[in-house]
Amino acid sequence: MDGADLGERLRERDLSAAPAALNLLESITPADREQAAALLHEVSPAALGGEAQGHIVGVTGPPGAGKSTLLSALLHAWRSQRKTVAMLAVDPSSKRSGGSLLGDRARVEFDPADRGVLIRSTAAGERLGGLAPATRAAAQALAAAFDVVVIETVGVGQAETEVADVADTVVVVVQPGSGDVLQFLKSGIMETPDVLVVTKADLGQLALATRRDLSAALRSLGTREDGAQTRVLAVSSLSPPQGIEELVAALGEHRASLNLAGRRLRVRRAGALLDFVAEHGEGGLRAVDGRRAAERLLEAQPTDLDSQALMRALEQAMSADRPESPADLATNPSASPNPAASVNPIQSEEAE
Amino acid sequence: MSDQHSPHLPERDRPWMMRTYAGHSTAKASNELYRGNLAKGQTGLSVAFDLPTQTGYDPDDELSRGEVGKVGVPVVHRGDMAALMDGIPLGEMNTSMTINATAAWLLALYIVAAEDQGVEQGHLQGTTQNDIIKEFLARGTYAFPPAPSMRLIADMIAYTVEHVPKWNPINICSYHLQEAGATPVQEIAYAMSNAIAVLDATRDRLGGPAPGSSDRVQALMGEVFGRISFFVNAGVRFIEEHAKLRAMGILWEELGRERYGLEDERRLRFRYGVQVNSLGLTEAQPENNVQRIVLEALAVTLGRDARARAIQLPAWNEALGLPRPWDQQWSLRIQQVLAYETDLLEYPDIFEGSKVMEGLVAELLEGARAEMAVVAEHGGAVDAVPYMKAALVDSHRKRIQRIESGEQVVVGQNRFTETEVSPLTADAEGGILVVDPAVEAEQIASLKRWRAERDQQAVEAALTELARVAASEESHENLMLPTIAAARAGATTGEWAKTLREVFGIYRAPTGVGEASAAPADEELSALREQVASLTGRLGRRPKILVGKPGLDGHSNGAEQIAVRARDAGMDVVYEGIRLTPAQIAASALQEGVHVIGLSILSGSHRELIPAVIGALRDAEVDVPVVLGGIIPEQDVAQLKQAGVAAVYTPKDFDITRIVHDIVEIVGERNGVPAPA
Repeated sequence: MDGADLGERLRERDLSAAPAALNLLESITPADREQAAALLHEVSPAALGGEAQGHIVGVTGPPGAGKSTLLSALLHAWRSQRKTVAMLAVDPSSKRSGGSLLGDRARVEFDPADRGVLIRSTAAGERLGGLAPATRAAAQALAAAFDVVVIETVGVGQAETEVADVADTVVVVVQPGSGDVLQFLKSGIMETPDVLVVTKADLGQLALATRRDLSAALRSLGTREDGAQTRVLAVSSLSPPQGIEELVAALGEHRASLNLAGRRLRVRRAGALLDFVAEHGEGGLRAVDGRRAAERLLEAQPTDLDSQALMRALEQAMSADRPESPADLATNPSASPNPAASVNPIQSEEAE
Repeated sequence: MSDQHSPHLPERDRPWMMRTYAGHSTAKASNELYRGNLAKGQTGLSVAFDLPTQTGYDPDDELSRGEVGKVGVPVVHRGDMAALMDGIPLGEMNTSMTINATAAWLLALYIVAAEDQGVEQGHLQGTTQNDIIKEFLARGTYAFPPAPSMRLIADMIAYTVEHVPKWNPINICSYHLQEAGATPVQEIAYAMSNAIAVLDATRDRLGGPAPGSSDRVQALMGEVFGRISFFVNAGVRFIEEHAKLRAMGILWEELGRERYGLEDERRLRFRYGVQVNSLGLTEAQPENNVQRIVLEALAVTLGRDARARAIQLPAWNEALGLPRPWDQQWSLRIQQVLAYETDLLEYPDIFEGSKVMEGLVAELLEGARAEMAVVAEHGGAVDAVPYMKAALVDSHRKRIQRIESGEQVVVGQNRFTETEVSPLTADAEGGILVVDPAVEAEQIASLKRWRAERDQQAVEAALTELARVAASEESHENLMLPTIAAARAGATTGEWAKTLREVFGIYRAPTGVGEASAAPADEELSALREQVASLTGRLGRRPKILVGKPGLDGHSNGAEQIAVRARDAGMDVVYEGIRLTPAQIAASALQEGVHVIGLSILSGSHRELIPAVIGALRDAEVDVPVVLGGIIPEQDVAQLKQAGVAAVYTPKDFDITRIVHDIVEIVGERNGVPAPA
């Protein structure tokens, strides 16, 4: 597959390039990873002349909170505004080391003839609720082509931290009466999301009470570090839907209020570091003199590089610090392990 | 009390009601079949509806393609029901309808057909299956989300108790749970939990907006309890199966007394009808199914204290395709030999005082009570659907593994497989019924005529009223009234269901596969895992399979087991569940970047649906192999392969690990990276 060509097509908002691009980003063969790096370069801020226009929305929440139903309603609302939408559904039941089974794809309803929608299930990363490196790369690539890119994960407590590593806007979905979320918020286990959605507003009093409790808890936590306010909204996806338009508007407002370039830059640097650690482990970090030094090194790079290019910078530093490294690694950066795709558990298992 | 010491009954018992689950092609053809069956000595009717009728779609709906008239009769409007029951006196007949999501509608059509015959609804006798929880768990022909589905059921019960008092408004089905892999304990526990959910919902509904009318509710609940019957299964382990029925009788009475405060013995009696097991019927040496069916019939008749009220037996060739009238006659004759030739009906309960039977019953009761407690902890049967579904998928997986390993013997399939050529399957169609594909077009044409000739304004007004009542749950107006009015006005099955879908929303039941536990890795599975790992290296990413069911067939057990095993083997599996259009399958295959597609069809619609899926894939420019599993007659295989199907698996391919192994090889070859020799 020609990565540069696929990247160029995504940049020109040719949505039909997306499935093949995702296949490539997931691949672990050295040749494919080479092509994947080329693809990502074509959709980097440098190639785009700025940040990708797509709005990356992370949606997370406990099982049974009504995410699929909510996403169906959101999808419908976005499509009626003629926005194109890609959804990456992260399967919580599987890890990269084994097979995965995504049983819920069909729960998000859409018209199969609608070319403006793409839904892709992806396996989780190594940690529970974690994102695989390929998912982060996919979100960044798709944001060049689609108006909205949703990353859906399941869980509470860590999941929203994971999606915060890649999303512009983090949405946490809870159902009425879910005390755990309240406890997580108060105890600080859960980072405060940008938007909190209470589903099943048709349940009436219970939904209202939950919304009230969450708002109170947020107020007691005081203002967030970034000074932004967390919006709390109640929605019902049952017909007639309630609150969906308000939610769409709130998401749009959050995105408009963002310092997008700043957030995306942080995301790319964090992603590069995560991918680097996933690939080379703590040993890799030590080779670049620790996390702080790695962060400083990333901060010194041009701001319009894609996260894979940033990771390559870390790898070059690692190779330079390791005199025993094969000489060709230092002289020929393209031969270094290409981080464009997911970590290869099979290779590492075989190596052990 | 003629002679206390005589082992005989003073008078031979009356036999149970004998039925045959039947219907296909058109109302007219099915009417002829019913009349023929009644002439042969059948004593009741059991109507099999086609899948569009069961799920609430008209024959011209995209989802109905290939399914019209296949597994049952299409009944689209009052004209069809009248034709189906033509010449059959509804005031005397006892009719069982296997209908669930759309039960209220089909009962309404039946009531209107009776009106046409001059029979008042108060005289109607029969049963509507009407058990939605098992549809979510096992059978898949649901139409609406759980809450409004339960409301429909409760309304129907409330209506029939008052206006159609001899009707059994619901048959709590444990039948399909066993078909989905339930153990006897699960079958008992989930059926009883299901009954509790229905009874509680009905009690709430009867309570109405004004509380304080508890005496009236209590009196009505007595009648409701007395009208609830069960529809059970019986497998070939017929001693244990008989014990299961005795255990259910004990639990049912206990439930009536303790939870609903009933005292009237008559109403506390556990009444059940039965269709014996289809899951255990084999495609290999299918004649062996006859003796399986006989033994299973014994399970539900042997002991007088737990004998079935009504029996229908499957045909010997169900794993091959649709049975012909002759095949069904054979099954009816089994019942007649049992009832009229043997001495079965001459004795009181032959297990009374049997320590073995008592011990078995006690064991099952203990297990069932514990499992019922778990369901209650999950918030009752409705909320526990995901839990129960996952438990069933798990049980089914274990059952298959026992058969694969040979621990559970299936004669002719995993042991004693040497066989002579069977003369039973020697004819051109392979010993099954093939529905004329022209039926679908005829039904669509007839539907168009119906729509053109009816009073359109009256239909629209009736549907508007139906929507209004559906949307005003608080008012406690009974949905049966506008439903009967719509039936009378000439509305269609699809229009009735669409009106309610617009108010109630659409729903997809949990698949249970995500939660299913991993199979213990035996030697074969370990070898398969290595094979998948090796292919992953050659492909560059994990082999990814899309598993789904096109059309309206909801029998998802096979698809679920393939999905779970493929995951256990290390593949990425996208499981799409049931009721997919060819376009949906193609879109998913494209977006998900799968390497192979596995489809499952048991309804006989593969001749239409498979070419449609392959066409949709071509349109979407998806070039991946398609494999097919299900009840696929041998003579269709060559044609399917010519249409582009890479492999076909039927019930005789019971080793799922081997099927997945095969699929992995197909993926390797198609991608130009076959396994090194």
